[in-house]
Amino acid sequence: MLIAFLLVPLLGALAAVLLPAEQEKNARVVALGAAGLTCLIAVAVFLGFDASQEGYQFVQRFDWIDKDTAGFAVQFAVGVDGLSAPMVLLLGILSVVAVLVSWNIEVKQKQYYAWLLFLETAIGGVFISLDLIQFFLFWELELLPMFMLISQWGSGRRLYSATKFLLYTLAGSAFMLLGFLVIGFEAGTFDIIELTENPVTDAVIPLGLVFWAITLAFLVKLPVFPVHTWLPDAHTDAPTAVSVMLAGVLLKMGGYGILRISLSLLPEQAHDFSAILAAIAGFSVIWGAVITLRQTDLKRLVAYSSVSHMGYVLLGAAAMTDVGLSGAALQMFTHGTITGLLFVMVGIIYERTHTREIAKMSGLMHHMPLTGIVFIIAGLASLGLPSMSGFVAELTTFLGSLQAHPAATIAAIFGVVLSAGYILWTVQRIFHGPADPAWAHLTDARTWPEMVAMGVLVVAIMAVGIYPPILTDAIESGIAPIAAIVGGVA
Amino acid sequence: MSIPEAAVWAIYFAPIISFLVIVAFLRHQPLLAGRISILAIFIGWLLAIWTLAVAIDHDGNPLDFAPHLWMSIFDFEVEIGLRIDGLSAMMIFVVTSISLLVQIYSVGYMHGDTGYPRFFAFMSLFTAAMLGLVMNHSLLMLFVHWELVGLTSYLLIGFWFHRPSAAAAAKKAFVVTRFGDFGFLIAVVLIWTKTGTFDIAEINELAHEALSGAVLTGFVLGLLSGAAGKSAQFPLHFWLPDAMEGPTPVSSIVHSATMVAAGVYLLARFFPTVEAAPGEVHTIIAYVGGFTAIFAASMGLVVTDIKRVLAYSTISQLGYMVMAIGLGGYVAAVFHLFTHAFFKSLLFQGAGSVSHATNTFEMPLMGGLKQFMPVTFWTFLIGSLSLSGVFPLAGFWSKDEILLDAWNHDKFLWVIGTVVAFMTALYMFRAIFMTFFGEYRGGAAPEADHGGDHDDSHAADHDSAHGDSHGWLAHPHESPRSMLLPLVVLSIPAIVAGLVAPSSFFGEFVEGALDPELRHFHFHADIVVVTFSTLAALGGIGAAAALYYFRTPDPTAIQYALAPVHRLISRLYYVNEIAEDVLVRGVLYNGIGRASAAFDKYVVDGAVNGVARVTKIAGDVFRRTETGQLQAYTSVYVVGVVFAAGALFVFAGGLLDRVMP
Repeated sequence: MLIAFLLVPLLGALAAVLLPAEQEKNARVVALGAAGLTCLIAVAVFLGFDASQEGYQFVQRFDWIDKDTAGFAVQFAVGVDGLSAPMVLLLGILSVVAVLVSWNIEVKQKQYYAWLLFLETAIGGVFISLDLIQFFLFWELELLPMFMLISQWGSGRRLYSATKFLLYTLAGSAFMLLGFLVIGFEAGTFDIIELTENPVTDAVIPLGLVFWAITLAFLVKLPVFPVHTWLPDAHTDAPTAVSVMLAGVLLKMGGYGILRISLSLLPEQAHDFSAILAAIAGFSVIWGAVITLRQTDLKRLVAYSSVSHMGYVLLGAAAMTDVGLSGAALQMFTHGTITGLLFVMVGIIYERTHTREIAKMSGLMHHMPLTGIVFIIAGLASLGLPSMSGFVAELTTFLGSLQAHPAATIAAIFGVVLSAGYILWTVQRIFHGPADPAWAHLTDARTWPEMVAMGVLVVAIMAVGIYPPILTDAIESGIAPIAAIVGGVA
Repeated sequence: MSIPEAAVWAIYFAPIISFLVIVAFLRHQPLLAGRISILAIFIGWLLAIWTLAVAIDHDGNPLDFAPHLWMSIFDFEVEIGLRIDGLSAMMIFVVTSISLLVQIYSVGYMHGDTGYPRFFAFMSLFTAAMLGLVMNHSLLMLFVHWELVGLTSYLLIGFWFHRPSAAAAAKKAFVVTRFGDFGFLIAVVLIWTKTGTFDIAEINELAHEALSGAVLTGFVLGLLSGAAGKSAQFPLHFWLPDAMEGPTPVSSIVHSATMVAAGVYLLARFFPTVEAAPGEVHTIIAYVGGFTAIFAASMGLVVTDIKRVLAYSTISQLGYMVMAIGLGGYVAAVFHLFTHAFFKSLLFQGAGSVSHATNTFEMPLMGGLKQFMPVTFWTFLIGSLSLSGVFPLAGFWSKDEILLDAWNHDKFLWVIGTVVAFMTALYMFRAIFMTFFGEYRGGAAPEADHGGDHDDSHAADHDSAHGDSHGWLAHPHESPRSMLLPLVVLSIPAIVAGLVAPSSFFGEFVEGALDPELRHFHFHADIVVVTFSTLAALGGIGAAAALYYFRTPDPTAIQYALAPVHRLISRLYYVNEIAEDVLVRGVLYNGIGRASAAFDKYVVDGAVNGVARVTKIAGDVFRRTETGQLQAYTSVYVVGVVFAAGALFVFAGGLLDRVMP
């Protein structure tokens, strides 16, 4: 099942590339088919996942490097637990959304959709890998499609942004590989399950350094201050679909890595450094939110808000309590749907107005009421309004972290005030006010790909917000073992 | 006597269903949308009466409803359950009653507005959120609905979003109250961290037994912060006058009778916890309320917009209630909340009726409306007398309870309270004389554009009915019957609602929400307090008559004499400027924000780009070493190997042992 989850988009990418030139227009149909099928698989995995059991399910293993001959084992092993199952679901949903919002792309469609599907495989591989080397390979694999998509189909200073993204990530992952190798050779295995059960206690390099070598890569990806400046650039210059994928699932690789690897494999070190992580988190929330207030470019604004919101993930992780870690896991999913939707809306607006300058827009509600309503829904979710998923995630994080890190938690709670400010101010500037004749020609977002993309995400946000057990049961089963490990240290 | 749980929940779900039905099916059928919404709230109102009757039957003691588990993540459990006792049953009755009357009023008031279905959808949603706030047994669900009423308040203030002032006011209301909710949310998280529960009754119990003074102080001050935002207490009061940008029916329920009273409800709900908190906390609460009462009343004396007079009056009266909580006067606070809801809703609807006729809220443009609008005049007069605390109307009894508590606990606050009573009568009768007496000064001209969403001034619906020849400048006329009916109905409780006081019935009923050891209400009147408050009220009315009816002394002369004071007050003490221009725009946006953004751009990104540049330069330099001469490469290679091997021996002997055992 999980192998199919990786293969279907890959085969879809191949099929898209191999389309004859006169069929170029149909690449999107192929892509939608592949992404749709993958999404169905993801839904099946999520529904089939038995939340009453801890541990990995749907596990499949293939030996790659044999322990007897090489002295250490590397394998290709996949599986999901309660932490990765929601991520798989999120990826499945957002990939379909990404294809839908690309529906009108006109340049080099075959390659575009192929890279987009390839990106899905690469990210999916990260979420379901049970082996460190395999994890690393997928982690690096994702760079290629991202670089191509931003540099070829982006706008503005796209090459600068794509390169910046590439170098930032590579700089982080170089250290990550070093850390993985130290751990792996020490233990004689790269198997994540084994390494989680028997954490290494000593290595050639102090494990504290190993912890930071690995965690740095995740912090870059998350991202948090001060390694966040690649994100606004990458978002601003990326096409809409890539922004959706980037904010929606790519950043989650960072949070996922922290929970899955930093905390699980190096619990003692994680515990020692939790105060530093919490401080970074609290600071990032405020820093990101304050800079968001200053943004004049709509897309950059949403991008910076991500820096603020991903701070909650790190805060929950740094709490290292079961509730706090659950909050981090929830926040990853909900931020994916909420910010994904915000980027969809930004794309819809940009496609029609051809500007992202907030100052140039006003009164759009008169011409694009549906767009306005959905944007406001996404915005309210983003500012943590109860009955939407963001509130559940943020509250869970705060409940889990106040005891451990009071100052950082209070700072993070203040972020909720700032987010209300920047979201509602944006709504006021773009949608409210008298009708502007300059925008009288705008059409509302009523094409079917747009309606489906918005509808799916709105439903996901409201459903989790009103009935959180959809997610929380799975997450509880995934977080319990991790919480036992890091909680057991104290 | 009992009531099934489902029947109580139906009060909450009826408006939710009407909201969903309107949004899904009735967006283009205004008449039906309005009727569905009113029908839903009417059903809710009937059930609310049933609930109230059952609660009275139980003497206000909590009814026995078991909560239901909604979700759980480890120890974080959310339960949904009802808390029906004297306090909440009274609130449910007030909310449904006022909502029903306001929606009937809105049929006339909002007639012809293109957003008519949207208006009723939002009103339904607001009613549901407000009911959820008062009927839930858990702090968390209270907070959830607290935020949702904030949302509906945002949507309703910004109902005419094409007006920049309305859009700005909506945002301001949400963000300022959110600022208060910052403290509230900390309180919620803190109390869960310390007790592991959200159950209000449990928290109230634990407050006396298990919680330390520091935790209680933090928790109660957090609640106060939330209450100050929602109930517009100083220094978070300044969003409420701007909220008058919303349609008047909205002001009449959301921003006077119910939502803004939620802060007082919150403090009353947690009254046992507040009582258990250290004495300094009580003092802080009492003085925040007392200061707000007199501070807001002073602004009510100078503003010329009739709705804003009422807005400042609301802030001031809420200040009374918060003060009462701080003084330990649970019954007094709740009683004043109860009576205030009726007469303030009545007054707002009266103001709406007046503007319906004159096309403006500016009192200097009105005058002489008594003969044109007798029903509006008499009901408005009743509301004003009640608010001013004239015997034996509702406001007299509830205000006296508060003043009595102040008299018993803090004489300084009693003086403040009595002065506020004088000011209240003065600003209300100033409004009455300016609006209803003297010569009619012509109102305001209809707005030029009345094609699209119509304005609060009702230009559009009059014009469409009568054409431009309609001469209301000469003859303002009484409002339609759907608007007058609620006015008449509301004037009944504005007169008689206070008469329950001497029997102790009301006090004992709402005290049913408290633990038995905290119930000590018995009706009591102090002749000094009553005398002074009555003198204050009559004095205020007399002063208003002298100034604004007989014009001796001339109020403009007084303005001149006190010019600096007048300027300070009529600029609203510059609170808006301090908050918006100095703090938000100056410190946050242009100060911290600009500095942070610059740091990001020049320092963080500068470092990144710098590294890149250094790398590139290094590459350019080292490229020169690629000479293509094999001998040179080999010699460098050999030197490198020797150097590396030496370094390994010296620095990392251990490493070699591991790699080559």
